[in-house]
Amino acid sequence: MSMILGMLPSVLMIVAPILITAIGGMICEKSGVVNIALEGLMAIGACTTAAAHVLMEMAGVPHTLSLFLALFMGLVVGGLFSIIHAVAAINFNADQTISGTGINLLSTGVTIFASQILFNADRTKEFMMGMQTDALGIYPTAYIAVAVVILSWFLLYKLPFGMHLRACGEHPGAAESVGINVKKMRYFAVLSSGVLAGLAGGCVVLTQTIQYTSNTINGRGFIALAAVSFGRWNPLGVTGAAFLFGTAQAFAIIANNVPALKVLPSEVFNILPYVVTLVALVLFSGKNYAPSAAGQPYEKGAS
Amino acid sequence: MDSKRANYEELKVSEYAIEMKNITKTFPGVVANDKVTLQVRKQEIHALLGENGAGKSTLMSILFGSYIADSGEILLDGEPVEIKNPNVATSLGIGMVHQHFKLVQNFTVTENIVLGMEPVKGRVLDLKSASKRVAELSKQYGLQVDPDALIEDISVGQQQRVEILKTLYRNANIIIFDEPTAVLTPQEIDELMEILKALRAEGKTIVLITHKLREIKEVSDRCTVLRRGTYIGTVNVSDVSEQELAEMMVGRAVKFEIEKPEKLPGEVMLSLQHLEVKDENGAVKIKDLNLDIHDGEIVGVAGVDGNGQSELLGAITGLLPLSGGSIILDGEHIEQLSIRERIEKGLGYIPEDRRKYGVVGEFSIAENSAIKSYYKSPFRKKFGILDFEAMKKEAEHLIDQFDIRSAEGPVTKAGSLSGGNQQKVIVAREISLSPKVLVVAQPTRGLDVGAIEYIRKRIIDERMKGRAILLVSLELDEIMNLCDRIATISKGSIVAVNKQHEVTEREIGMMMAGSHKEAQA
Amino acid sequence: MKLSRERLIQSDGAVSVLVVFLGFLVGTILIALVGKNPLNMYKAILQALSGYNIDNGKMNIRYIAETINYSVPFILCGLSMGFANRVGLFNIGGEGQYIMGMTIAQMVALLGPQVQGLHWVLAILCAIIIGSLWGGLVGVLKAKYEVSEVVSTIMLNYIALYLSRIITLQMPGATTYKTANFPETALITNDFFTKITNYSLLNNGIFMMIIAVIVFWFIMEKTSLGFGMRATGFNKEAARASGIPVVKSIALSMAIAGAFAGLAGGIVALGSFKYGRVLSGMDNYGFDGIAVALVGNSTALGTALAGLLFGMLKNAQALMQSKQIPKEITFIIQGMIVIFIALRSALILYQQYLDKKKLQKEVGVK
Repeated sequence: MSMILGMLPSVLMIVAPILITAIGGMICEKSGVVNIALEGLMAIGACTTAAAHVLMEMAGVPHTLSLFLALFMGLVVGGLFSIIHAVAAINFNADQTISGTGINLLSTGVTIFASQILFNADRTKEFMMGMQTDALGIYPTAYIAVAVVILSWFLLYKLPFGMHLRACGEHPGAAESVGINVKKMRYFAVLSSGVLAGLAGGCVVLTQTIQYTSNTINGRGFIALAAVSFGRWNPLGVTGAAFLFGTAQAFAIIANNVPALKVLPSEVFNILPYVVTLVALVLFSGKNYAPSAAGQPYEKGAS
Repeated sequence: MDSKRANYEELKVSEYAIEMKNITKTFPGVVANDKVTLQVRKQEIHALLGENGAGKSTLMSILFGSYIADSGEILLDGEPVEIKNPNVATSLGIGMVHQHFKLVQNFTVTENIVLGMEPVKGRVLDLKSASKRVAELSKQYGLQVDPDALIEDISVGQQQRVEILKTLYRNANIIIFDEPTAVLTPQEIDELMEILKALRAEGKTIVLITHKLREIKEVSDRCTVLRRGTYIGTVNVSDVSEQELAEMMVGRAVKFEIEKPEKLPGEVMLSLQHLEVKDENGAVKIKDLNLDIHDGEIVGVAGVDGNGQSELLGAITGLLPLSGGSIILDGEHIEQLSIRERIEKGLGYIPEDRRKYGVVGEFSIAENSAIKSYYKSPFRKKFGILDFEAMKKEAEHLIDQFDIRSAEGPVTKAGSLSGGNQQKVIVAREISLSPKVLVVAQPTRGLDVGAIEYIRKRIIDERMKGRAILLVSLELDEIMNLCDRIATISKGSIVAVNKQHEVTEREIGMMMAGSHKEAQA
Repeated sequence: MKLSRERLIQSDGAVSVLVVFLGFLVGTILIALVGKNPLNMYKAILQALSGYNIDNGKMNIRYIAETINYSVPFILCGLSMGFANRVGLFNIGGEGQYIMGMTIAQMVALLGPQVQGLHWVLAILCAIIIGSLWGGLVGVLKAKYEVSEVVSTIMLNYIALYLSRIITLQMPGATTYKTANFPETALITNDFFTKITNYSLLNNGIFMMIIAVIVFWFIMEKTSLGFGMRATGFNKEAARASGIPVVKSIALSMAIAGAFAGLAGGIVALGSFKYGRVLSGMDNYGFDGIAVALVGNSTALGTALAGLLFGMLKNAQALMQSKQIPKEITFIIQGMIVIFIALRSALILYQQYLDKKKLQKEVGVK
């Protein structure tokens, strides 16, 4: 028990970015757009944050300000890249899987290309100091994640705006007929997912590493995507799923230091989230919890 | 009611509530409205009549702001207005009850009604007072619904009331009803007619889009007729007969009756015994359904939509799993067979949704013609290699025989054909396979009159050839016209089977709604 | 036949050329923006394509051979994505199927019977089989349980990655990144190729790839199996109602798709390396295969051509780096190509807009 409690800070460290990203992905799907580019958007946010932070460090910007600005820039750039997906999916009725895949491919190029230009290496320069934990040993990213969950719940279920957004994902024709601007809603949702994935990427870099490399995100975006469907498209479920997956990931890292767990290869824990999701998808098949219109382009006036 | 009607006549309303002048609207490939004019008086029920594709829905979507006209003008109470989107229409007091309800399935009745105009406390949703307001409205207009029920849990008739309440909640003075009776039971239709009259009495102006002449005669004051996107005329309903309205709609004299020579039915060819079908949630959709169909007869299945027709079709064709009972085709049990095996035993199927189930749009006419037999000689050669030339030859033959109009012959993509020609491709394919039993669902839905007559004639021809035909249709007219016997389905069971000439539409309507009448045949 | 705008918009081939052009255009502009000379990028590409070094006028055939060798896994993974795509599925799982094929091939190479002529055949066969099982599993989940293949393939990619590590770490002589060397009998190197191409890595995999392209074309375009699969891909419901066994089509198509990717893994393992690799990350052939198939419109010939293009870009990477062009520009070009493919739906909207305008003119709307 004490071991698990002792693990809590590192579990939270790993869960936070996955949860933040998953909430973004959930908002996006609630509006009717599936975003499989979460992985790439996290990478872009992570690279931006890492680069901005190290450059500001070198320029002598105060540490806290630098952290804050770097995270903010990651968030903005993540949002900017998600516009590609928004334009493709919302304006041009594109296949959302293809455009998401395109962004994922693009992100591997863009991030390292930028590193080559800025730092003459295939990774960003190492920064001296990332985020610091508080007295409980918990990183601020955990609090950011909690805030994001609560805000998203309030937005989706307590404000008219959220009801409009959900209606767009269930029956865009109905939303349009009562004067809701489906395109605007979906733009908001896609951009939210980009902004949150970008922010989450920054959180990964500032808490779990000292630089951005092509391996930094390593499937976290896809785990977030899995958490959205495993959590059945509601904030509480998604939070639970993110915790489950994050804990498994934490075990993979911690396993090496715990003799009792050393009998198993650490990869077993790495595999866990993916296997759990797959099994869950099979067990819960039949009843579909996904928003009815998710993934389908909406053409105005079509019934 | 009658006295109110008289008052209304005396008022002699001279001003129009709605005037739409010279409206033109094009879509890629179609002119939906070509300089159409519509003038609706205040507090009247104005019918908008036309065949499928005549442009009625487009015209009303323009009035409601869902589409923007390419040219033309709209006046409300004599004032020119520009209706750029449904919001503007709503603020001008126009409401629309859509044919395909615009309701979010997993939202409550209240949430659907207030969507887009939610009451708030501070900035937070106030669903409690919303629910109260909905309850008030439903009481005021006599539209009973449970404000807190989920849409997916209530009946189609109730869903329509939610749509009406949506317009009333938005203070609509003009309410457009788009084919409102298509999905209702005869009793629900009667109730709706009363609701329409009550709304008129409350001072609302109503536009009723329909192609059903009887409804027009029953409730409408005046009627505007459209044909192929153009304006034909506006008449006082009391001045014209149903026959005259029909001729305006179609553009020529219409035969209501189809020629159908006498034919004595033969052996039982398809026998359905104690069928039971459950949906994925385990709810029983068909229970203890029994029906025999003989050689050389057409048996119609009449019923209100959603009483098990699609499940019945699915069970016979093999698209849905059967949870009990037997299906015997020409003496052989087929209920355990795959879809393909049933086809090989002689089961033909003309599905109701032809784009979804009938043709593969990206395939050519040739490929679509061969889609049920491509894996056999003469199309399949050694090593599974296909002979596409043989397919084209066969398709050319069918194109000739069934008068299929296409741009490039056998290689034309099926998706580029008109609805009527797509249906001909399907009918040609099914008939060319010489089935013993032909299951036909809504064969004329969405087609123009020419194609309807052609398809019906072909079905009768098959009957004369001695095929057993099962016709499932929501159009009672079609069933009365084509069938030798009529089986009425209600709540998943056949409640009565009658010979066509021994029963009236009214009686069938009663049975469809669940009031039984003993089978006579 | 007149080459009208309409025909170009509707021609898949022309659109593919257009998206590739646009992808390169973005790449070129980006290079120029960061102050490098885009010409250097094209010099590298020319050398990868023709073996000709424009700066010193020397010709080295090895570059051509390497381009072809690199294109082998791209083409095979493209076929994997393309085959499933024709049946209406989006196979993001090429990567996992590739990894499993590679892993099993390595295992058989290290543990299998060292018989000349049998050893490598066995390894390749096992790679094909495991790939088709890995893909077929997705097909079964999709057909039987309606599990979205997009989600399940993503999950299976990572399961494959970590499973591969677990397995390979148990192999003889395994360190944290490699195993012992393979015996000669397991390799698919071709001495003749090695000699005439100045010691390139081009190997017998090219023959297997060519056979795979032909098999793809034959099944899809010529056979009754392919007919049923294409019908399923275009309209699953209509195919089912017409008696086509769509569940079988879907499961089988994913199995065949997986076989292509598994073969790619086997060829890379036995052709390009002399030892087994403990993967620390994805090789990305499977992901790039998605782009390859999309550019090639999921046809056999198109995919082969697109795969050659990607092989050439990959081969040009090292040459670019030596000319101070960050090699990641090729990833950016690939990503942009896929994004432009997604945006091609805009062309359909544009065509509809033109049709509408034309019609409005005919009706006389001002």
